Amino acid sequence: MTFLRFLGGAAGLVVRGNRLYYAWCALLLVLVFVGAGAYATQLRDGLVVTKMRDSVTWAFYIGNFTFLVGVAAAAVMLVIPAYLYDWGPIKEIVILGELLAISACIMCLIFVTVDMGRPDRFWHLMPIVGKLNFPGALLSWDVVVLNAYLLLNLTIVTYMVYSAFMGREPNHHFTWPLVIFSIPFAISIHTVTAFIYNGMVARPYWNASILAPKFLASAFCSGPAVLLIVLQILRKMTRLKIQDAAIWKIAELMAYAMGINLFFTGAEIFKDFYSHAHHAIHTQYFYFGIGAHRAIVPYAWMSLFFGVVAFLLFMIPATRKNVVTLNAGCILIYASCYIEKGIGLLIPGMTPDGLGEIYEYTPSTTEVLVAAGTFSLGFLIYTILLKVVVPVMLGEFRVTDLGDKAVVGTGPEAPPAGLARAGH
Amino acid sequence: MNTEQTPQEQGPAGVTRRDFIGGCAAAAVSAVLASCTPEQREAFLQKRFKELTGAELEAVIARLERENKEKFKTGIKVKTTGAQEGVLFGYGLDISRCIGCRRCVHACVKENNQSRDPEIQWIRVLRMDKERGIDLTHSDPYYNPPEVPEPDAFYLPVACQQCEQPACVAVCPVQATYKEPDGIVVIDYNWCIGCRCCMSACPYQARRFNWRDPVIPPDQVNPDTHYLGNRPRYRGVVEKCTFCIQRVREEHGRYPACVEICPVGARKFGNLLDGESEIRHIMREKRVFILKEELNTQPKFFYFYAT
Amino acid sequence: MHGTASIPRLNPPLTNNVRLILLTVLISAGVLVALRVPLLLPHPPEHRLPPAKATSLPPVPGDFAVPPPPFSPEIFPCSQCHNEDQPTNKKRRKLKMEHKDIVLQHDQEHRWCLDCHDSDNRDQLRSASGEPIKFEESFRLCGQCHGDKLRDWRIGIHGKRTGEWNGKKEYLLCVHCHNPHSPKFKPVAPMPPPVRPEQIR
Repeated sequence: MTFLRFLGGAAGLVVRGNRLYYAWCALLLVLVFVGAGAYATQLRDGLVVTKMRDSVTWAFYIGNFTFLVGVAAAAVMLVIPAYLYDWGPIKEIVILGELLAISACIMCLIFVTVDMGRPDRFWHLMPIVGKLNFPGALLSWDVVVLNAYLLLNLTIVTYMVYSAFMGREPNHHFTWPLVIFSIPFAISIHTVTAFIYNGMVARPYWNASILAPKFLASAFCSGPAVLLIVLQILRKMTRLKIQDAAIWKIAELMAYAMGINLFFTGAEIFKDFYSHAHHAIHTQYFYFGIGAHRAIVPYAWMSLFFGVVAFLLFMIPATRKNVVTLNAGCILIYASCYIEKGIGLLIPGMTPDGLGEIYEYTPSTTEVLVAAGTFSLGFLIYTILLKVVVPVMLGEFRVTDLGDKAVVGTGPEAPPAGLARAGH
Repeated sequence: MNTEQTPQEQGPAGVTRRDFIGGCAAAAVSAVLASCTPEQREAFLQKRFKELTGAELEAVIARLERENKEKFKTGIKVKTTGAQEGVLFGYGLDISRCIGCRRCVHACVKENNQSRDPEIQWIRVLRMDKERGIDLTHSDPYYNPPEVPEPDAFYLPVACQQCEQPACVAVCPVQATYKEPDGIVVIDYNWCIGCRCCMSACPYQARRFNWRDPVIPPDQVNPDTHYLGNRPRYRGVVEKCTFCIQRVREEHGRYPACVEICPVGARKFGNLLDGESEIRHIMREKRVFILKEELNTQPKFFYFYAT
Repeated sequence: MHGTASIPRLNPPLTNNVRLILLTVLISAGVLVALRVPLLLPHPPEHRLPPAKATSLPPVPGDFAVPPPPFSPEIFPCSQCHNEDQPTNKKRRKLKMEHKDIVLQHDQEHRWCLDCHDSDNRDQLRSASGEPIKFEESFRLCGQCHGDKLRDWRIGIHGKRTGEWNGKKEYLLCVHCHNPHSPKFKPVAPMPPPVRPEQIR
């Protein structure tokens, strides 16, 4: 029953906020509705409203899915230093990474669903009632690990937050194995996603063993890029204390990940262009185009350029610690990885297709709107989660507050003087 | 704000959140199911073809025939003929004969009830430059000269290669596509979830997706169909060549439609396990090759040059 | 203020060794999971075809159905005109009265009508050695020069067959597809090309 009261209190927190909070939520909600409308069109007319065709059968939706799996996996960048190395500054914020993982996992599941031709047959994917082709098909692995990772993070976060809410010390015998377990899961969600592509002999662009390592490298810079910006916003908007050291440490780790990612990219580019075998045509399409087909070439160079600049910004301690260059670097890294996964992975992989045909894919308006709606829903979920968890972290939302008066009404942005605080 | 008023509070005592969410989901599913017609409900809950037992199978076939009758105003037979013992189908295509006339492409569409708008074609004929030889990168499926064969070209028709190690089957997350004992790779159109993994995995670009509701004018429907083959399909599912399973699985197995229509006799078909079959004669007398042999998909579609 | 302090910390004491062991175990577990994928994939053995017997005799005429030869309408039997009233002129020449539409483009430098058509009985053909050949078995005539094609045709490699793959088949004669007087295939108009993906809306 207390848990229901916790949820009630949480709902109270979510519906209250300052103007900026309302505006932000309203914006997201509008986008969610626009996306839902676009998806309704897709449900009515079929996937013909996308620009995917037989030649390019996976594109923007699955690209976004892939990118977001990386974001979800990136929580491990905080979990490892926090729990395995017990590093204080990150330990204080690790839960924010786990919340991001939860939101990203939900977005991933939505992106997979909107890409399905028959979403009404989703139950065929369920073990026992349906027929999950496990372990043969990698997509079924992905279904399993993604859901398990989502569940794992939900459990950990709910338990920790609820314990804090109750003012109890969490039972380490329960949480410790879960946290430890979540580390290989984080790595395997992205590895398995990479293996979906990697295992396809039909697509030489993907059928390279560097794919999974590269996925991890890019995930470990793109996920934290989102997080760094969120941390700074939270620091400004709430009384949450986030140490500079934590932010700088994350940025430093991102620099290493980006360095490795760029190195892998270089290795791929070298292999393809030096050997100049037939299979190099996909890489050629991405970076130089084939004949008049050059629609995605600018993105390729943007991704590379952004990646290099961000790497330098994060590698040099002075620019890493400067707020402006730090945030510029985060945006560049995010953009670089988003292009790399959202556009640079799927489209060149399928262009030219298995019989050499070139169909130049660019997403349709419906696809862009559905994707925008999905991202908005994800951000909305993340916002709502933060809205509840941050006050718990600050000790502003506790079971003791849920007395007769249930003092949960004020958002952390505008704390009224005299709000009961458990912290010091 | 009083938490007592939040909806979460109003749950009956003792109900855990999991029960609550699970109950909601179950209620939602039941509500949706209840609002469907019995026919739609049956279709939604239909099992995999492979797992249907006698009576269930009959019910499913009866439902499909009713559905099609309603849609096309004509009786459409949906057969479920199984594979014959000791048969493994193989196909031969004589590249030295093919003139690229696309008679096979269109005969296939008629026979197999593909959507006519947009027209889905299972066979793709690639025009190759004689100077380059077989070079997919420079091939052209859209050639349209006044007359074929063109002097500087030869033609390579490609459809499902019916691989012995099909990449598409391995990746299907719900086992909606699988290889039958006679070697035909089939799709259960009522089980396919439309994820298109198989299309990404196929090295031969042989699979087609119903991007929108398939359209067949009722007077053009072929009423002789097979569950795993040419019965009318749905939007959002994948389809491909099945060696005309509705024809070849008969006791007196007819040649596939493309073999029968080919004006130059470039297309050959038969039982790979029968040493005297045409296809085995070809493998013995001629030099055959398969497409993308380095992928080890082991196609049962053999190209050859008779001259 | 230490606002963040109220999230309880997860704090089991860990020595560096324990950390190392944990990491090793986790990474190994991950690798093992990854490795299991190919092991678990079904890998059917390569299909081995049963050994073929030595090439058996190809089907002989009579074993299979052949549609009647594709005569021009009302032209057969040829003896309607080529009878006792019309003595045979065996001199090689350009035809000026009948059959002017026939342009021989089939080794025309070396041959003419009566090399294949029997001069004594125009309702049949003749082999190079003078043996009569019925129109229904014209493949024997063609096979004199095109022996490899005849062999391929008999076993179903050359030419078109219709009917049942496991039963009754119908063969076509050489002349059903090749005009015997001008056997090279004539070009045809192709049927429409596929719709380009860009045009599907």
